[in-house]
Amino acid sequence: MTVHSFQEHFDNLIDREITIEPKDWMPDDYRKTLIRQISQHAHSEIIGMLPEGNWITRAPSLRRKSVLLAKVQDEAGHGLYLYSAAETLGVTRDDLYDQLHSGKAKYSSIFNYPTLTWADMGAIGWLVDGAAIMNQVPLCRTSYGPYARAMVRVCKEESFHQRQGFEIMLTLSKGTEVQRKMAQDAFNRWWWPSLMMFGPPDAESPHTEQSVRWRIKRMTNDELRQKFIDVTVEQAKILGLTVPDKNLKWNEERGSYDSGAINWEEFWNVVKGNGPCNKQRLETRKKAWDEGKWVRDAAMANAEKRKQRKEKAAQAA
Amino acid sequence: MNNKNEWPLWEVFIRSKAGLDHKHAGSLHAADEKMAIENARDVYTRRQEGVSIWVVESKHIHASDPDESGSLYDPANDKIYRHPTFYNLPEEVKYM
Ligand SMILES: [Fe+2]
Ligand SMILES: [Fe+2]
Repeated sequence: MTVHSFQEHFDNLIDREITIEPKDWMPDDYRKTLIRQISQHAHSEIIGMLPEGNWITRAPSLRRKSVLLAKVQDEAGHGLYLYSAAETLGVTRDDLYDQLHSGKAKYSSIFNYPTLTWADMGAIGWLVDGAAIMNQVPLCRTSYGPYARAMVRVCKEESFHQRQGFEIMLTLSKGTEVQRKMAQDAFNRWWWPSLMMFGPPDAESPHTEQSVRWRIKRMTNDELRQKFIDVTVEQAKILGLTVPDKNLKWNEERGSYDSGAINWEEFWNVVKGNGPCNKQRLETRKKAWDEGKWVRDAAMANAEKRKQRKEKAAQAA
Repeated sequence: MNNKNEWPLWEVFIRSKAGLDHKHAGSLHAADEKMAIENARDVYTRRQEGVSIWVVESKHIHASDPDESGSLYDPANDKIYRHPTFYNLPEEVKYM
């Protein structure tokens, strides 16, 4: 086959909604875009453990502690599923880690905000995991097989994350005045960054069209954001909390909420590295990696030694 | 590519319950087979998804080439008589 006919064959599979697998021919751009998207997602799961991990020892009860620990452990798992999916495209895990640690690769900006109170654990589960689910469910049907299968696994596990967060918010909002205020304060701080999680508006998102064609993306940023606003506003009513947006208004004609303008300047500023916690997150991650080096080396040396011992025994026998 | 210090890659297969086949679950890195099984437990069976785990170092997997699928599966293409639906039976024959 010529490159041209390879391309034709690929386009045909994409149009017929047939899954692309690792050994299939694929255009370079498709491969590159996937590696970028999957690894960014993996990095987000890994860095995403930090803002919550920081509250495990301070969770208010044993039940909350077990739940938060299980959630953070799930996020580690999500990172690992996704790194493996990226590796099927021909990058190594070390390359991916290098890109994260050197700051070359991005992760979701939401994790560059601080977690100030216990209510933030509620707001993150409810809003951040909620937004992540909105983003991720359509990806269970993405065109690249290993990515789609990883996403099915991730989505199955995410729903408890959102529920436990909502439960924390519900408990606080029905609690004392101080607790209710704490919940509202966390909501105020996490609402806008959560809306930014869907990425820049469609008009400024040049990759969207190609990615939708490739089924790497199945809905646009603005479509997903609107969907998130519509369901979350209803949930806020159940909590008795106020959405921190003066311009929020039901639009009968559209059957959706109209909302206020997002501060995209803040978004780009955090993306560029100037968010409240960018430096701290990356440093914590690098420190964990560097301090684990002797463990990785020792395990490798031990495995090597055992292998040699086994080979010697086999020769002697 | 740099992967000199990387733990090798393993493919993980999980039997979800007695009586079923092991099925590919995904992959992971581990220094040796013991660690691969332990990591597979933590990564792929946090919700009792398995009763048995196989791990195989990825480099030992040999796979067919998708570009040769045409010729590889060709011998089966024109043998529809291997399927029961190929045969016409009189209506009176109910269970066969
Ligand atoms: Fe996750
Ligand atoms: Fe999550």
